[in-house]
Amino acid sequence: MTDAALTNGHPAASEVVLEFKDVELGFDQHLVLRGVSFRLHRGETKVLFGVAGSGKSVLLKLALGLLRPDAGTITVLGQEISSMPEQDLFELRRKIGMVFQESALFDSMTVEENVAFRLTEEHVPAEQIRERVTEALRFVELEHTLEKFPAQLSGGMRRRVAIARAIITQPEIILYDSPTGGLDPITSTTIVELIIKQRDVYQTSALMVTHRLQDGFTMATHCFDKRKGQMVPVKESGTNTNTSFLILRDGKVIFDGTGHELAASTDEYIKEYIS
Amino acid sequence: MRLNLPEEIVKEKVLAVQEYSLLAGEAVGNLFRRPRYVSDILMQADFIGVGSLPIVVLTGLSIGAVLALQTSTTLQQFGSVSLTGQLVSFSMIKEIGPVLTSLMLAGRAATGMASELGSMKVTEQIDAMRALGTDPVKKLITPRVVSTVVMLFFLSILSDLMGLVGGYIVAVSRLGLTTSQYWTSTYQQLQFPDVFQGLCKPFFFGFIIATVGCYYGFSTKGGTQGVGRSTTQAMVAASVLILIVDFFITQLLIGIFGR
Repeated sequence: MTDAALTNGHPAASEVVLEFKDVELGFDQHLVLRGVSFRLHRGETKVLFGVAGSGKSVLLKLALGLLRPDAGTITVLGQEISSMPEQDLFELRRKIGMVFQESALFDSMTVEENVAFRLTEEHVPAEQIRERVTEALRFVELEHTLEKFPAQLSGGMRRRVAIARAIITQPEIILYDSPTGGLDPITSTTIVELIIKQRDVYQTSALMVTHRLQDGFTMATHCFDKRKGQMVPVKESGTNTNTSFLILRDGKVIFDGTGHELAASTDEYIKEYIS
Repeated sequence: MRLNLPEEIVKEKVLAVQEYSLLAGEAVGNLFRRPRYVSDILMQADFIGVGSLPIVVLTGLSIGAVLALQTSTTLQQFGSVSLTGQLVSFSMIKEIGPVLTSLMLAGRAATGMASELGSMKVTEQIDAMRALGTDPVKKLITPRVVSTVVMLFFLSILSDLMGLVGGYIVAVSRLGLTTSQYWTSTYQQLQFPDVFQGLCKPFFFGFIIATVGCYYGFSTKGGTQGVGRSTTQAMVAASVLILIVDFFITQLLIGIFGR
């Protein structure tokens, strides 16, 4: 892929926070990712589409250093992580938030302890922890669930707690792994609205894996109105310039571009995929 | 279902030993690195130590009583029933106390660790911990290793004591020995090497219980069925390893002390 294609229309000066270069990864002699290259810029949200088994979740785990590539390089916040020692990765991961597919909340801890986990590890004073946890839970509109355990929450509430846990330290990058998977349409819209809110209020860079096309298109066509406290359609160009799309097929990137470019694509597979 | 080739099975086993050794080494290495999870250590000590008290007391008491009964039938043939206390104390302190307590703890703690960590593994909680910038080996395994080693030491001493008490009850109520006859014979022949042997074994066994339980938990695959499999494997592997290591430690210490 050319350098121009990698920048995806962003100005050269725009800081790259995450970069994959010719990344390959295989399991049991089966290649899951084949030469994947793309860049994520500061403040940008990239929506990852692809059928099941195309390597989307694996790509997120690579970005976080939970898996190591067989070939290629991955640069996160200016640091090459493919061969970084695990102890150094722990430091770097504190600047990245991750929302897992099934939330991955610690089931023996309360909501408060889950959200506060990172702050507790950093020995932040207790009164400050309580304040920040309440603030993060207020962001996802769950401040009344402090004392509850994950098992007492619905699927949608668990995802929102996972988002609160990911954003509590205001990370520079957030990785969302199918945040709306298995949820009803109304709850899904609530989750997408929270992701848009995080993108527009805090300008956080994000990589979002999803099966649901409508989630991606909502991300591209809506922005968060702080005055109204809700998401509203983008007025002028019709699409949000901070949102781009990446499509994986059989472990390869077959599309990396804006919503307009996606809609105008002449590729038969892409046309069928988005139809 | 595909059958594995013999060389694949061997490779798997060698890889498992390598992974276990690395994990155990890392758990020990973490003792010298910050942060240290003192509250987690205390919580585990409570679960492993205090939680295991009833089972250790009951097994120690009954094994001591049975030992007194069994040995007395042989000793009666030689008219040496008064040596019952000595045989009970030798057996309990050198061998049965630490080994039996360890096997009990393997059944309770190693399986508990394998199932708890295994559940965390299959629900991505271990990955979530790594994603949140926390070393799961440091946070989950090292505290369990420290707690098990320390608590097993004290539980073994308690088990020895309860075994002697069990033997005493039988000796006085069934064999017609006096209190002073029994207790004098229990400690009269005991020497430093005997006590040392009984006290050093729990350190090795505790390490085996915790590292094997945690290893199987961390290597769990395949959902709830995998958790069940890991739990069983942890129990079996820990028990077998304890018995094998017991033989070698005993041989080594007999070689050093001559008894």
